[in-house]
Amino acid sequence: MKHISEQYEQELSQIRDTLMELGGLVELQVNNACSALVTHDVTLAEDVRDQEPTVNQLEVEIDDQCVAILAKRQPTAGDLRAVVSVMKVITDLERIGDEADRIASIAIDFGDLTQPDDQYADFRKIHTSAVKILKRTLDAFARSDVEAALRVFEDDEKIDRAYNKTVRQSIAAMQNNPEEIERTVRLMWATKALERIGDHAKNISEYVIYQVKGKDIRHADRTEQQWTEQLNPSKSIDN
Amino acid sequence: MTEQDPQGTPEVDSGRACLEMRDLSMWYGSEPALNGISMDVQAQSVTAFIGPSGCGKSSLLRCFNRMNDLIDGVKTSGSIKFYGAEINHDPIDVSELRRKIGMVFQKPNPFPKSIFDNVAFGLKMQGYRSRVEIEEQVEWALKSAALWDEVKNRLKDPALALSGGQQQRLVIARAIAIKPSVLLLDEPASSLDPISTLKIEELIHQLKNDYTIVIVTHNMQQAARVSDYTAFLHMGEIVEIGATDQIFLNPVHQQTEDYITGRYG
Repeated sequence: MKHISEQYEQELSQIRDTLMELGGLVELQVNNACSALVTHDVTLAEDVRDQEPTVNQLEVEIDDQCVAILAKRQPTAGDLRAVVSVMKVITDLERIGDEADRIASIAIDFGDLTQPDDQYADFRKIHTSAVKILKRTLDAFARSDVEAALRVFEDDEKIDRAYNKTVRQSIAAMQNNPEEIERTVRLMWATKALERIGDHAKNISEYVIYQVKGKDIRHADRTEQQWTEQLNPSKSIDN
Repeated sequence: MTEQDPQGTPEVDSGRACLEMRDLSMWYGSEPALNGISMDVQAQSVTAFIGPSGCGKSSLLRCFNRMNDLIDGVKTSGSIKFYGAEINHDPIDVSELRRKIGMVFQKPNPFPKSIFDNVAFGLKMQGYRSRVEIEEQVEWALKSAALWDEVKNRLKDPALALSGGQQQRLVIARAIAIKPSVLLLDEPASSLDPISTLKIEELIHQLKNDYTIVIVTHNMQQAARVSDYTAFLHMGEIVEIGATDQIFLNPVHQQTEDYITGRYG
């Protein structure tokens, strides 16, 4: 049901729209940063770095819009949870932007190197997973989809496992191939940035669940199955 | 609280219940106003009734001290117990009930007497004769109503010379002077400016240590600020009752959510 106040309705959809714009931009940043790294495309990496202030500016803009709604409308219940969630989500999105910036800066360092034999195969895989998880969590937010949000938890664990495997392999690679140590260490940092993106995506999914269900599930250690059981039944519908 | 809704509402705590309603219905002539209300009001807490105009919240409030008796054609059925004693059916001493369950209305209604006499009025009606005792009680009531400092040097001035906010606190002082157990507040701040409203809200917060308070308000933020429990009424029925934090953060019923977020109608 819509608000009696059309203006209020517009203000709420405005913050969601701007948030999705920020989400889209951050997604693009991550994608471009990773592409720049694996293709040694310094120009693309510099583009990513140039966009960082735009991400920050959008974060501040949404923050201001949320504060204005809190001050003027005193939202309650679902509206309040929506505004609070947006304020938290933008922090995670901005940090994902920082991680993209970090990867881009490593991509610039790689500019003069030759392509490695494996063409950064492991990094590419984790990159694909990170982009997928980011897309899924943003979709879950846009659609208030708790089930999609719960799947993000599993995706994040997969990324964590893949990252740990990469670390072990990198240590072995450095022992076997000492002249590649510098590149391997930097690549590990870039992979760590992708792993952090997974963590931020998971945080965003927690806010989706908070917004929809009113339950704060941060810092709780449960399986997806347990959450699914606990988060149902859904709100009763009168009339 | 209510027994009708197992989801998300606090357990019935009859040990602390001050007022217990069971299947309470009320009609103005043939027009139903309340329909099968069952809920408890917890002692020494603030319970707020919210809901759209005509939902029955003021009618329900007036059931608690039988104020509806004064309206022609009102019929009630069901039970209201005040600390275990049935008050919805005769024979009861209605004036004694109203002494124990005081009421403050939307518009401040001080008597056209002095500030002092307004507060002393109920005491004299109660049979207090000692001047010293009356003066002590008046001072205590005015202090409790957070008005003493503003009026202590002009107790003989007419009450009607006070500001709206002061008049409302005077009326609350008059109500608590006779030491009731329950205070019913029907839109007590709706005609006051924001500062006076905050003073009344602060007063409610302090008074709940000694009194059970039931407040009807159209101002949902006020309900959120002052009450421990909130009941949402619609068309003479309780849609949802629960801890105020839960009602305003995560209500169980969609209808409550629509009302408190301004999606009603």
